[in-house]
Amino acid sequence: MFSDPDLLKFIFGRLTLESIPYHEPILVATFCGVALGGIALMCLLTYMKWWGPLWHDWITSIDHKKIGIMYIILAIVMLLRGFSDAIMMRIQQAIAFNGSEGYLPPHHYDQVFTAHGVIMIFFVAMPFVTGFMNFVVPLQIGARDVSFPFLNNFSFWMTTAGAIIVMISLFVGEFARTGWLAYPPLSGADYSPGVGVDYYIWGLQVAGVGTTLSGINLIATIVKMRAPGMSFMKMPVFTWTSLCTNILIVATFPILTATLVLLSLDRYVGTNFFTNDLGGNPMMYINLIWIWGHPEVYILVLPAFGIFSEVVATFSGKRLFGYASMVYATCAIMILSYLVWLHHFFTMGSGASVNAFFGITTMIISIPTGAKIFNWLFTIYRGRVRYEVPMLWTIGFMITFVIGGMTGVMLAVPPADFVLHNSLFLVAHFHNVIIGGVLFGLMAGVTYWFPKAFGYKLDPFWGKMSFWFWFIGFYFAFMPLYVLGLMGVTRRMSQFEDPSLQIWFIIAAVGAGMIAIGILSFIIQLVVSYIKREELKDETGDPWHGRTLEWSTSSPPPDYNFAFTPVVHDHDSWYDMKNRGYARPLQGFKPIHMPKNTGTGAILAALNVVLAFGLIWYIWWLVAVSFIAIIAVAIGHTFNYKRDFYIPVETVSAEEAKRTELLAKQV
Amino acid sequence: MSNIQSQSAEKPQFYLEEDHHPEGSTNLGFWLYLMSDCLIFATLFATYAVLGRNYAAGPSPADLFDLKLVAINTAMLLFSSITYGFAMLQMERGAKQETLFWLGITGLFGLAFLGIELYEFHHMILEGATPQRSAFLSAFFTLVGTHGLHVTFGLIWLVTLMVQVSKHGLIAENRRRLMCLSMFWHFLDVVWIGVFSVVYLMGVVG
Amino acid sequence: MTTNSTSHEDAHEAHHGHSHGHEAGHGSLKSYVTGFVLSVILTAIPFWLVMGDVLDSKVATVAAIMIIGAIQIVVHMVYFLHMNTKSEGGWTVMALIFTIIIVAIALIGSLWVMHHLNTNMMVMSPEMMKNLP
Repeated sequence: MFSDPDLLKFIFGRLTLESIPYHEPILVATFCGVALGGIALMCLLTYMKWWGPLWHDWITSIDHKKIGIMYIILAIVMLLRGFSDAIMMRIQQAIAFNGSEGYLPPHHYDQVFTAHGVIMIFFVAMPFVTGFMNFVVPLQIGARDVSFPFLNNFSFWMTTAGAIIVMISLFVGEFARTGWLAYPPLSGADYSPGVGVDYYIWGLQVAGVGTTLSGINLIATIVKMRAPGMSFMKMPVFTWTSLCTNILIVATFPILTATLVLLSLDRYVGTNFFTNDLGGNPMMYINLIWIWGHPEVYILVLPAFGIFSEVVATFSGKRLFGYASMVYATCAIMILSYLVWLHHFFTMGSGASVNAFFGITTMIISIPTGAKIFNWLFTIYRGRVRYEVPMLWTIGFMITFVIGGMTGVMLAVPPADFVLHNSLFLVAHFHNVIIGGVLFGLMAGVTYWFPKAFGYKLDPFWGKMSFWFWFIGFYFAFMPLYVLGLMGVTRRMSQFEDPSLQIWFIIAAVGAGMIAIGILSFIIQLVVSYIKREELKDETGDPWHGRTLEWSTSSPPPDYNFAFTPVVHDHDSWYDMKNRGYARPLQGFKPIHMPKNTGTGAILAALNVVLAFGLIWYIWWLVAVSFIAIIAVAIGHTFNYKRDFYIPVETVSAEEAKRTELLAKQV
Repeated sequence: MSNIQSQSAEKPQFYLEEDHHPEGSTNLGFWLYLMSDCLIFATLFATYAVLGRNYAAGPSPADLFDLKLVAINTAMLLFSSITYGFAMLQMERGAKQETLFWLGITGLFGLAFLGIELYEFHHMILEGATPQRSAFLSAFFTLVGTHGLHVTFGLIWLVTLMVQVSKHGLIAENRRRLMCLSMFWHFLDVVWIGVFSVVYLMGVVG
Repeated sequence: MTTNSTSHEDAHEAHHGHSHGHEAGHGSLKSYVTGFVLSVILTAIPFWLVMGDVLDSKVATVAAIMIIGAIQIVVHMVYFLHMNTKSEGGWTVMALIFTIIIVAIALIGSLWVMHHLNTNMMVMSPEMMKNLP
């Protein structure tokens, strides 16, 4: 019975024993590491009896703060994976000279650079940014949760499900070998018949659902749930950038979804959208995916701009310079980001008029961005600057990002782009803005809001170590790539002929090594801070002398965030409250209406992983079963009408009394 | 709560003593979802607009489309829209049975629409005009099919809601859900206007 | 919203406590029937134009279809989806306008880009394709 090929094919689709890459030592070692780590983690959970709390307090939680923290944990875990890919590439390129093929065969190398791009954008930067928006926005606007708490939990688990699908490809089958945007015809059925591109498609589709829904959720939250008195021009800047980011998410991710659907139809059904036959046009894919792709980079960088704005104002002890211009610049970037997508394919051949239009719009978009840089500089100017770790990241950002922005303007000139397109110069440019802009912002945000989330500050020594290694390592890793790019070296190469190039790749590899130390310092920082948590404890709830509402509540905030809804009079509302004699209410508490936890989100996401696995491996019975299960669970969930409860007034009073005691100790 | 302004002059009020009830976000949230769905259709329309004339020596719209059938189909969708409207009016009155009746009628019209569309697809495929035949047909089947899939999900949702209304009555949650489905249903109508104008009518004109 | 529209922005914002989203707007029998009749007429005209081959010029027919289609979309928005500038504090209209802008950019932009590409790269025209062996 086991030898019946038809039956095996029915049960396992195209999944065979050969799909498991047990003959690749690197992967086997990784698998052993992951498996051992997983088993150790499970043993720990069992030993400490943490399974119950994990399920009740985290997996099923609809608390925006916990979901935000989980997003960021996901991002950090995936950062480690994405960075391992990066360092593998750097080592490969540093040694694959003079006839040496290096240690990564081309088919493996191609998967590594694809996975690196996909993971860093979709499963590091996106969840990181979404995590911050989830954690901070409701606190900044004085709300108790987001508009749709269940949806929030579901979005998180869908993002995680996407990450899991991509991670499965490491050990079962292979990942795409097409580059992070999977251009056809290479990603079509003819040239990529394997499962790699299917892993890519379904990983992104599942995560994309989560991202879109979380975008809708956060827009509704910001529009509807602001504290009384908080008009739009009194919103904190981070909330503003979050609003614009989520508008971009809702208005672009559907385009990505639809484009990937068309690609998957080409692959699964044999349609001719992006093929070379029967009227298909691969260029249409490139056009569509960049209509999503360019706003996507602003989705990543706008929240980082918001974080810098908060950090600069707080650590300079001043109001943000040019609040209104900051808001208008953000909105201008939001609109303009839709008008520049063609600059990613100037060389496609649309001709001079089209290229000129998109070249000019690209240059225009640097104006509001430049205005923001000046605003931050003027905020620092004559401020009483405290050079704490978040501020270091911010200064590092301003220097690095300006360089990245200027090389971006160079690439925006179509004739220059014809020379630099697809070269390492481009690779250096976008790492310059994504690391220097997004990642530095996220690291500043981690240090800034960590005490709010956990009740103790991060250890500054290891924070500074992390910053300096990242900062200097970045220049070592990417400045050589600018040089190489100008010399005409193209991206995504696994071996080189010209030995004179090798020195630059070695310098870049050294830089990557320094970044590795930076990441390691960050992890050490987390551990050290946990050990020293009593010493670093924040009992005031306002460790940095903050200016916005999240600092008015305790660290970590209670489940209900605010016992009484704040009333806002200024965009630096907490600073205003402190200045004008705000007295914390000590009595008159009321029961608080809150949504109930639910496991439906996690279950639906798990079923989506199964569905995607079936689709990737052509296991059609599994597809049918899991699809029906998804519909059934979703409908079943709508029959649950009891979705909320009240936190009793005694609990609220007790929580608040504890805080009163802590605050009294401070004086 | 309404006198923050007068108070803030001397002694600012920094928190609300009574409970704060932000207004419901569902309508806005659902509308935003519809807008995102709209962009999915926009992508498919853009694809159809760019690739829709690449017949690859295969059949063209004038060879394939039967406008009479499309007209009947459009009528089905229009009727289902007005009957859903009647259901909403009955819901406003709080008349449960009448609401269910009109929802049922809406469902039947929706089913008829899907039946006709499937008949059309079946007919085209039998003639050899399959989605694989040319980029035009790929784009056609995907655009019209995606609309059809939406109608299918609308129908599943409609049946679910009918069960919930008959079980729990026209309670606030169910009214909110009926309102969302109403927006969804009318939104599909709007998309269909684009489909019959751009795909069918302009296709036949050439 | 039931609040008086003259209130200052702050106070206006503070008011949102009292309206529980009733303003989503429901039609009356009259508005539904008006919308239905209008949309039947607006559907019938383009079908008649095409099926009856009424206009001589293709361009005029296509233009008529597009204009009438656009009008019909507005009719549906107003009478069936109950769009007005006041619902949800103007946010639905704002979201709609933003979406229309993005849709227009995506549609016109794609057509423009791809048309120029096809012209420059000499992709086969439909006529050439038709004559393929």
